[in-house]
Amino acid sequence: MAVPAPILRMNGIGKQFPGVKALDGVDFRLLPGEVHALMGENGAGKSTLIKVLTGVYDIDAGEIELEGRRVAFSSPLAAQQAGISTVYQEVNLCTNLSVAENIFIGREPRRLGRIQWTTMRRRAAEILARLDLYIDVSAPLASYSLAIQQMVAIARAVDVDAKVLILDEPTSSLDAGEVAQLFRVMRRLKDQGIAILFVSHFLDQIYEISDRMTVLRNGKLVGEYLTRELGQVDLIGKMIGRELADLESLEGRPLARQSAPLVEAADLGRAGSVRPFTLTIHEGEVVGLAGLLGSGRTEVARLLFGADHAGSGSVKIGGEPVSLRTPRAAVRRKLAFCSENRRAEGLIPDLTVRENLVLALQAARGWTRPIPRRRQDELADKYIAALNIRPADPDQLIRNLSGGNQQKVLLARWLIMEPRLLILDEPTRGIDVGAKAEIQRLVAELSDGGMAVLFISAELEEVLRLSHKVGVLRDRRLVAELDNDEGLTTDTLTETIASGARS
Amino acid sequence: MSRFLRHRLFWPAVILAALLLLNLVFTDHFFSVEIKDGHLYGSLVDIVRFGAPLILVALGMTLVIATGGIDLSVGSVVAISGALACLRISDLGDQNSTGGVLGAVVLALALSLVLGAWNGFLVAGIGIQPIIATLILMVAGRGLAQLVTDGQIITVNSSPYKLIGGGYWLTLPFGIIIVAAVLALTAFLTRRLALGLLIESVGGNAEASRLAGISARGVLMMVYAFCGLCAGVAGLMISSNVSSADGNNAGLWIELDAILAVVIGGTPLAGGRFSLSGTVLGALIIQTLTTTIYSIGVPPETTLLFKALVVTIVCLLQSPAFREKVFHRRGRPTSARPAAEEKATVTA
Repeated sequence: MAVPAPILRMNGIGKQFPGVKALDGVDFRLLPGEVHALMGENGAGKSTLIKVLTGVYDIDAGEIELEGRRVAFSSPLAAQQAGISTVYQEVNLCTNLSVAENIFIGREPRRLGRIQWTTMRRRAAEILARLDLYIDVSAPLASYSLAIQQMVAIARAVDVDAKVLILDEPTSSLDAGEVAQLFRVMRRLKDQGIAILFVSHFLDQIYEISDRMTVLRNGKLVGEYLTRELGQVDLIGKMIGRELADLESLEGRPLARQSAPLVEAADLGRAGSVRPFTLTIHEGEVVGLAGLLGSGRTEVARLLFGADHAGSGSVKIGGEPVSLRTPRAAVRRKLAFCSENRRAEGLIPDLTVRENLVLALQAARGWTRPIPRRRQDELADKYIAALNIRPADPDQLIRNLSGGNQQKVLLARWLIMEPRLLILDEPTRGIDVGAKAEIQRLVAELSDGGMAVLFISAELEEVLRLSHKVGVLRDRRLVAELDNDEGLTTDTLTETIASGARS
Repeated sequence: MSRFLRHRLFWPAVILAALLLLNLVFTDHFFSVEIKDGHLYGSLVDIVRFGAPLILVALGMTLVIATGGIDLSVGSVVAISGALACLRISDLGDQNSTGGVLGAVVLALALSLVLGAWNGFLVAGIGIQPIIATLILMVAGRGLAQLVTDGQIITVNSSPYKLIGGGYWLTLPFGIIIVAAVLALTAFLTRRLALGLLIESVGGNAEASRLAGISARGVLMMVYAFCGLCAGVAGLMISSNVSSADGNNAGLWIELDAILAVVIGGTPLAGGRFSLSGTVLGALIIQTLTTTIYSIGVPPETTLLFKALVVTIVCLLQSPAFREKVFHRRGRPTSARPAAEEKATVTA
């Protein structure tokens, strides 16, 4: 097949944020009539590339060519007028308006200033028919499923004479049947010559629908590949940055432990969140959870901590059945949970470092038994020194600290509680190398001291270095539980993530 | 000095001082305070005394607002509390029996506490938005007060009851003593005990607080109940002062003044950090403003407009963004200084 001239070409794109190089010399092209997957781990630069392309951000270096002409979009509207339409993960339509109104919002067919409702409905039905969608266009959008809403958004996007359609995680909230319906629409659009840029965390879907893929890592281009020529294992290797041949067995692997089970989860699950799983964590054991973003890692942690209600299954702690209906109940059972989402689920930004540190302890004691100020100061001084928190000022507002130091404060908040199980969700994400090493060392020390740790991280090396046992998640299912012995390398782990079972 | 300027209570304090000075211009001896018949008299004393109910309501409101909520029903609770107390007292054989009055007061306060807890239940238990949840009692509560008074104004003639709002104790107006006691209690609960930390935490980030093991529900229940209790005390004070209960007009619109006092005092409506002293200052500003309107002879038909103007100015002065825009010179140097210093080191 001869390669047609690309409809869109991006050359040497660079984008700098304060302190971070989000994109560095990235080349990217889109051919007409193809579905092109943009791949990369979280923070690889996918969304930055999309935002640069759609005019949300300016570019610092490089150039963008659309149909051979050099373009620079000052706003998403300008990009849309030039033929680049975007449908985001969250459907940004007005669910209280009708389907037809949503499709024509802002560009209703008018005569003498009056909206021609009949024409509008007829044309809306025509547009949807082109996508094989036959629904009542005068019904409110809210009366249709998310998949239909998604497709209405796509219909609106392509109706404005789109040459390039960007679909950012369109399938994350759809079930299998709805995904199939969406893919039919995508194939139809592809046949009409529209170039589709597709972003998804579901590898199976990528392999089902895409023709080619571009892989990014740390803001740099890894390469462009034909989907049928790049296997899943190779793809993940490229995404996380290890050639499989180069992978070596890691040293300093933690020794396996023979200890009593601490937390036993049986068939614990929640509809729409994570399928029922069974997991046992022993005392003093570090259990790693590996899997791609969106594979259900966080959901497992939240169920164990009672942050979400489990729909099914049971939990035993120390052999005794318990009901973890709220985080408060979990804290009482000496569980602790550091969320991956520091800002939304961890920090109280208006409070000081000291107040954030003692918060969980104070919550457990109740408001009538305040922690004496002297004790607060002792705790603050102790943990600021132990975790090397900077600036070492307990009265500083926590929002003024850097991400790594905020993370350490949150960690300290739970260490003060002396938990039996510490759940750490991405504790090292977005923090600098020094802080990262300190947190890793701390986890090893805590485990040596008898504390069990559930360690969630996107970085497989880190998981392997720390864990006694690794649970692998894929598409919201715990697919494997692997002992961290000589046979386990990032290589085999990657393969398990890709294929769903240990080969 | 600049630290002093940037203190969050600086601007409210300036406004209060300015209003008081304005009064001094129009009224001679405005600042004079004297003791007559063993009672403390003076315009300043009056401001605190008449402002006492507002301060009480605003204290409760401060805690509610700190959790990110709001309580619109305080005016109705004021009316209900006063109505119930007066009804009980009017039923007494001897209206001057201290025991009987005490019973009536305790009953009225207990009902206020229950009404506050009801708000808390709607907000924390059922999850209704605070503004709607408390709107229910704001509207229904007026009806309840009417029901208690049977649509009439109940007049009582009870000297123990009169003490609460109009009496003196140790030369001080009794209302001021009550305010001081409630303020001390609130400060003790929130700053000595740990309630303040939990309130600020829930208001600052509810989800993070939940994950830290705080029972947000319990905190909210307590705060709304406390707010109801404060409104109840204020209701007793208002009805005692006039020796009657008016279900229709007692405490009318006091929720708006209270919210205003809290905001002027520097507690953000979004919740989080709160300042009790700021609220007291805010309530005093509003009361001083009312006094000022009378003393400088603003025509009665324009008093509301005048009040609105002053409040607008206070709120603007409170806003850092506005100050930055208007007082360019104050805003610029802070941002320009680092650059200038950099230059200096380069040339050196």
